[in-house]
Amino acid sequence: MNPISLSAADFSWLPILPMAVVAIGAIVVLLAGVHVDDSDSDGLGWLAIATLFLALLLTFGIFGQTGFTFAGAIAMDSFTAYFDVVVLLATMMTVLMSIDYAGRNRMPGAEYYSLIMFSALGMMMMAGAGDLIVIFIGLETMSIAVYVLAGMARRDPKSNEAAIKYFLLGAFSTGFLLYGIALIYGATGTIKIGPLAAAIASGSMNSNALLLPGVGLLLIGFGFKVAAVPFHMWAPDVYEGAPTPVTAFMAVGVKLAAFAGLLRVFLIALGPAAVHWSLVVAVIAALTMTVGNLLAVVQSGIKRMLAYSAIAHAGYLLVGVAAGAGSGGAILYYLLAYSVANLGAFGVVLAIERTGEIGSGKISGLRGLSSRSPMLAAAMTVFMLSLTGVPPLAGFAGKFYLFNAALNQGYTGLVIIGVLNSAVSAYYYFSVLVAMYMQEGGAEESEVRRARPALAAAIGIAALATIAIGMFPQSYIASAENAFHSAAITETQRAVSLAQ
Amino acid sequence: MSSNVLSVLIFLPLVGAGLMLMLRSERATWNAAFLFSLIPLAVSFWVYSQFNPSNGNYQFVESHEWIPSMGISYHIGLDGISLFLVLLTTILISLALLYSGGGDITERPREFCFFMLMLESGLLGALLAVDVFLFYVFWEVMLIPMYFLIGIWGHGRKVYAAIKFVLFTMVGSLLMLVAILYLVYSARVHFDRLSFDLPLLYGVPFTRTEARWLFAAFALAFAIKVPMWPLHTWLPDAHTEAPTAGSVILAGVMLKMGAYGFIRFAIPLFPEVAIEAAPLFMTLAIIGIIFGALVAMIQPDLKRLVAYSSVSHLGFVMLGIFAFNPQGVEGALYQMLNHGVSTGGLFLLVGMLYLRRHTREISEFGGLWHRVPVYASIFMVVMLSSIGLPGLNGFVGEFLIMLGAFLKTGYWTAFAVAGVILGALYMLWAYERVMFGPITKAVNETIRDLTPREVAVMVPVIGLMILMGFFPRTILGTMEPSIDLTFQRVRTMQARLESHHSSPQLAALLPASQRVEMEPRTGATAQ
Repeated sequence: MNPISLSAADFSWLPILPMAVVAIGAIVVLLAGVHVDDSDSDGLGWLAIATLFLALLLTFGIFGQTGFTFAGAIAMDSFTAYFDVVVLLATMMTVLMSIDYAGRNRMPGAEYYSLIMFSALGMMMMAGAGDLIVIFIGLETMSIAVYVLAGMARRDPKSNEAAIKYFLLGAFSTGFLLYGIALIYGATGTIKIGPLAAAIASGSMNSNALLLPGVGLLLIGFGFKVAAVPFHMWAPDVYEGAPTPVTAFMAVGVKLAAFAGLLRVFLIALGPAAVHWSLVVAVIAALTMTVGNLLAVVQSGIKRMLAYSAIAHAGYLLVGVAAGAGSGGAILYYLLAYSVANLGAFGVVLAIERTGEIGSGKISGLRGLSSRSPMLAAAMTVFMLSLTGVPPLAGFAGKFYLFNAALNQGYTGLVIIGVLNSAVSAYYYFSVLVAMYMQEGGAEESEVRRARPALAAAIGIAALATIAIGMFPQSYIASAENAFHSAAITETQRAVSLAQ
Repeated sequence: MSSNVLSVLIFLPLVGAGLMLMLRSERATWNAAFLFSLIPLAVSFWVYSQFNPSNGNYQFVESHEWIPSMGISYHIGLDGISLFLVLLTTILISLALLYSGGGDITERPREFCFFMLMLESGLLGALLAVDVFLFYVFWEVMLIPMYFLIGIWGHGRKVYAAIKFVLFTMVGSLLMLVAILYLVYSARVHFDRLSFDLPLLYGVPFTRTEARWLFAAFALAFAIKVPMWPLHTWLPDAHTEAPTAGSVILAGVMLKMGAYGFIRFAIPLFPEVAIEAAPLFMTLAIIGIIFGALVAMIQPDLKRLVAYSSVSHLGFVMLGIFAFNPQGVEGALYQMLNHGVSTGGLFLLVGMLYLRRHTREISEFGGLWHRVPVYASIFMVVMLSSIGLPGLNGFVGEFLIMLGAFLKTGYWTAFAVAGVILGALYMLWAYERVMFGPITKAVNETIRDLTPREVAVMVPVIGLMILMGFFPRTILGTMEPSIDLTFQRVRTMQARLESHHSSPQLAALLPASQRVEMEPRTGATAQ
């Protein structure tokens, strides 16, 4: 190993500017909260959105530049930028959905919004990680904030249960992750993504005896975070118990970040060792899709149904991971498509939820929604069809692209399992349509007001994005493809330059 | 010749669908929807008038890049195979809207018209798509409005019928999607070009095993849609529970998409396997013909009877297609149009009866002839067309199909003829029980005859039947060049298989009479 030598050039602040803005913004929101009453925290929400928007602009500002900073710990490439943009947008949507909700449910606004932002910071850190330690730190920053967020409705026992369950299992799984990192460091002598790949490819590592258990433990750690079978048990309870905007944030943001880390680690760093793990990932993918979809069919609570649906979607994404680096771009695009539709769906769930009753939303609560609130029903239809994968919506383009990539790598069997699972998923997604359009009543079961402006805006944006991303996917596909290649190339270049 | 007329045709109904949502008054909605549906109808007739019948290739072609990084283009075109199905679609949508506004649909008319027009876009898009990805998109798009039409405005177990319809169709089409992806991937390997263009994909060579699996995936999707026995079980539910307009479009156009898929995709893409599988498909078709007819005969519900008659009629279509000879395929295509007109007509008539009595039980009726002479006469004509009476449209199609099947292999035809006889039997028997005899139920004494609006719906149907019965040559002649072109590869393949005797058991299935038909029919095309 080289002795550590650092120069000022190693500490460019430019790449972490968006992260810094989010961090500072989170602190400002927290401090400003001192002067704000819990029932009147909307202003803090708008402040959070403004900060996130600034971070978004900065992300676009530094877009296209590549390199590393903080001695190679932080990577600046299109991959980071892509995930930062999606994570920031998802966070903004979450905050938009939370405005009025947090106040109405008397949640501590300052803590709530700043924790969301800290969590977003952790997600961005995972996306821009140049080594395994930063992935770990990002994961913890994100997770600890989300553990607290899940229990934010302090007086609700379900929320408490969700928080403690998520915390215990989450802490357990990070243990696996960290131990996996340690073993991999032991096997290869490096924790940097690119050099790790080079070390494995060159066969210079000490032995497989350390590497393979390390890979296995990493897989378990990430498996927990993306809720892959058999590490998915926590998801339905936590999703159900957490305040609904937090559930949306977990289903979208946490999944985005976990996949960002997973892609950097498995498809780039451990890519040369793919022969050792791709079969395992393929089996996990098949199980995740099948179990997620089959259990989603029997759910009556809409949040639980969406929780199992999120598990199923993790399964589709893992098909891409199993297929290897060739499907990197497809995974990125799929994540985008999944995120917009899922955010929107949770927005609709939020709109029909009764005040003070988290997780009260039943699928039957949507009955007659089409006559009471046609726009809301139409938006939900778009989200459900997109999640099913019906053209020309984003979900279809995502599945098409992902399955195409997997098929090109020869994973025909896995793709067939995937499409059959899609057919199963049609059953439960369409049951939402049945409730909304083909059954009457339900008004007594849910409190459907006119959706509040902020929430309505969030749902509307999600619906339009779902349609637009699906009908004109070319530019999104191009940036997803470009993002993944950018990460792979910069890491390879770094490995080469370090080797010289 | 305007170059983007087909795009206009596809997206006009969608524009209309959007307009529907802005209307407030119920009456205005119906009028606007019907009047709007006349525009695509007019456009489709204009296209027909400009169509060059001696050209077998795609016409009015339009092609733009859509998702270039995946080789997907917005490529549409029209040939003799799709032309008449397009006309059928635009005609039936207009008639269905005209009918539905007359009291059949009372709830949520705006949404109803929205879904009908959206359905029209989906159907036209699927018929006009040349790019396979585009075809798949429209193929799935048309599923959604039909799902809502059945689920919201249907009768009885409508939700069950709607979801069953969706799940059946989706399983098939998703496997077809995998096959499409595999096909395109192989094309890229072979041609070094990433493209979803159908004409290009025709030329991809496959190993026997690959081709068999791919053909199976395509055939499954299309066989569910047709539907072929034993995949038909969604059909009686969907047809019976759907609102009248839904049944008309479902039977009239949507089932044809399955047969169209065989003609356009499954068979020309994998001719070798299609030839190999022809005995199987012809057997299933025959079973469907007989089974559908027998089950139709014992139905107490008039609409279910018509639904099962569709299984039987579509069996004829499949029989014709898998004969592979010009007579069979032309007959099949012609029969598709006939079935659209006559079964569409029957569903409309059953709907009119239901509107008056709120029942479709055959035993609830009897002796209607005396009370509703106009209705009874129109029903008579439509029924005779469905049976295949010479002089009306049904006869031409059935005759050609049986000729085609006979040329292919003699004894199949005997079964098919049995199907025709059974068809006459159940139809006439049902007609007799509804129309003749004494009036047994007092409510039937006061039953109203057709309103002017309903007559206006049925007149074009009857007109088409007579027109297509007496002048089939115009339509058949327009279809011929395209069919010849599409089935060229199948016939050369068949000829090669036979002459080389590479597959003796296969060659043995082909009678000597087939050889005559394998010559390219250049003479016929030039006429």
